[in-house]
Amino acid sequence: MICAGTGCVANGSLKVKDALETELIKRNLQGEVKIVLTGCNGFCAKGPVMVVYPEDIFYQVVKPEDVPHLVEEHFIKGRPVQKFLYTPPADKKTIPVMNDIPFFKHQVLRALRNRSLIDAEKIEEYIARDGYLAAAKALTEMTPEQIVNEMKKSGLRGRGGAGFLTGLKWELCARVTGDVKYILCNGDEGDPGAFMDRSVMEADPHSVLEGMIIAAKAINAHYGYIYVRAEYPLAVQRLQLAIEQAKDNGLLGKNILGTGFDLDIEIYQGAGAFVCGEETALMASIEGKRGMPRAKPPFPAVKGLWQRPSVLNNVETFANVPPIILNGADWFSSLGTEKSKGTKVFALSGALNNIGLVEVPMGTPLKTIIFDIGGGIKNNRKFKAVQMGGPSGGCIPHTLIDTPVDFENINKTGAIMGSGGMVVMDEATCMPAMAKFFLEFTEDESCGKCVPCRIGNRTLLTILQRITSGEGREGDIELLLALSQQIKDTSLCGLGQTSPNPVLTTIKYFRDEYEAHIRDHTCPARVCTPLVKFVVNQDKCKKCGQCFRACPTGALKWEKGQVAYIDPEKCTKCKSCIKACRFWSID
Amino acid sequence: MAKLTIADLKKIKENYHATQALREGGFRVKITVHMGTCGIAAGARSIMNAVMEELAKANAKDVAVTTSGCAGLCSQEPMATIELAGEPPVRYISLTDDKMRKIFADHVMGGKPVQEFALVVGHETTY
Repeated sequence: MICAGTGCVANGSLKVKDALETELIKRNLQGEVKIVLTGCNGFCAKGPVMVVYPEDIFYQVVKPEDVPHLVEEHFIKGRPVQKFLYTPPADKKTIPVMNDIPFFKHQVLRALRNRSLIDAEKIEEYIARDGYLAAAKALTEMTPEQIVNEMKKSGLRGRGGAGFLTGLKWELCARVTGDVKYILCNGDEGDPGAFMDRSVMEADPHSVLEGMIIAAKAINAHYGYIYVRAEYPLAVQRLQLAIEQAKDNGLLGKNILGTGFDLDIEIYQGAGAFVCGEETALMASIEGKRGMPRAKPPFPAVKGLWQRPSVLNNVETFANVPPIILNGADWFSSLGTEKSKGTKVFALSGALNNIGLVEVPMGTPLKTIIFDIGGGIKNNRKFKAVQMGGPSGGCIPHTLIDTPVDFENINKTGAIMGSGGMVVMDEATCMPAMAKFFLEFTEDESCGKCVPCRIGNRTLLTILQRITSGEGREGDIELLLALSQQIKDTSLCGLGQTSPNPVLTTIKYFRDEYEAHIRDHTCPARVCTPLVKFVVNQDKCKKCGQCFRACPTGALKWEKGQVAYIDPEKCTKCKSCIKACRFWSID
Repeated sequence: MAKLTIADLKKIKENYHATQALREGGFRVKITVHMGTCGIAAGARSIMNAVMEELAKANAKDVAVTTSGCAGLCSQEPMATIELAGEPPVRYISLTDDKMRKIFADHVMGGKPVQEFALVVGHETTY
């Protein structure tokens, strides 16, 4: 029905009718679609208007040139054309709801259940959201065995990266006789790019305390420490305040909630060593010794802090405990995969549009995390790889983007899920340089106690430094692989056992980049400066001179009306010219 | 504060909802400025100062101001959430002092959300 009232005719509705007739004949639809001219529809301001039956779709401001598109989309494909539809201003939803936005839609908050809703410095706000009810239940209605069984049934695995079954760890310690036991929280979070634990400690410190109370009851510990890295001053401050407020309210200290159970928790600050995230090194550090790991067995559950039975759990693991006790093991295991139950918090960083902290059910595909939640790669670049688990992890290439994220599936790729750090890399990242970056970190952080890690990592780093500066030799790749495997097999602790992972995974998935560095002396990602030479493409250069103005060293020669030229002697490979060029003319 | 019993825990929870929840507590609107390390690094303290200044200028007694930790979308900090009693909370992102003042005037005092600064309304999924 096309309106042929005066208003619409003045606006050209008869021309629309003609265009429609022509198009229908062109598409051989003239037998199926009938055009009817009607009187004034009333909505003259938005004419020419058209109503399509039987769907009763109202189109406004239709122009003759829009008709072919409209016929194609609506009459043939059956899809009403959005842009001509009428939207009443009062109903216009310009602010989307949470579930409309991919970043929020795919998340389920459990460890982060109080996110953005409470003031961390007010214990009443935590209590108002069911805080300390789980601890109350554990202390009054459950025996240690029942707590352990519930935790085992839930399937919660350590969120610090090793993924050991939490309930089992508690059980092993509960079985050991001893009147002094320790419950410890690992807040050292040393992985570059990881900030999950920091966020929980700053925003919801009581969730950690409550988890520790429940664990203490399960293993019968009355003393606890939270080891927090000193580089997290806000976390230290909020945890300290939380402990004081809990104590004032009888939720920590002697006779908690009148149940007769005692637990005292203290904070111990780290001093800047990545290796102190390893449990035995952490305990040595609390004991006042240099943070160095020791051989296991004996395991800390039997002989830990000051030789006493101790359980160490990660911050995020503890944050998951209260809801399990309140809602039950079946509730917890209703999300997740067969061997990885529950949710996991990931810290997204790198070349993504949406950098931040996300919590998703285990088993969510990498693709969803990177492209839906993460919003895709910044500046419309291509996704190359994602480093998971920090320097202990490994990289996962774009070809494996459909991998569901959980302990087993990520292990199968050669990487590890780790504590949850995800550094996303685009095509402008050089993978050998990335491996070198992580080795620089782990080599520096090595405590030096065992030969494989101390000398092995140094050697790996030296080889990588040679490769990325153009002095790679034939046989280097094989040497890196053999050495990496030896270091993994013979290192004393997790640092050395995992530090070669970046090397192994980058060679596995990006061997051609290594070969280009070694055999052709080029860096395909244009990152390793000794191997890169920038040249202006004479055909593409638009002679605008933007690069000339951006160059800080005077290496770029240009005069008005001329193509630009880069003097290789003066060029420092800073890439200022590439950033300034709008025509992609510099190779 | 006295040592609590379990019954006290439940009472605190109920009391809190009765007095602090917006309408019941006599508050018409609640402003939450998100102040995790990410927010603070991006300038949340200055946003908070702006809020307190506008609050004093408007002399409004029915506006609650509070903070929280990291809200998750760290790349869009500083962020703040405005919740009018009876309406779903609105989250604003990438704030500056000027934007916050406009939001205070239009949304907090005027009741009308500032659409171009807002990201989303509603609550996250927690279960």
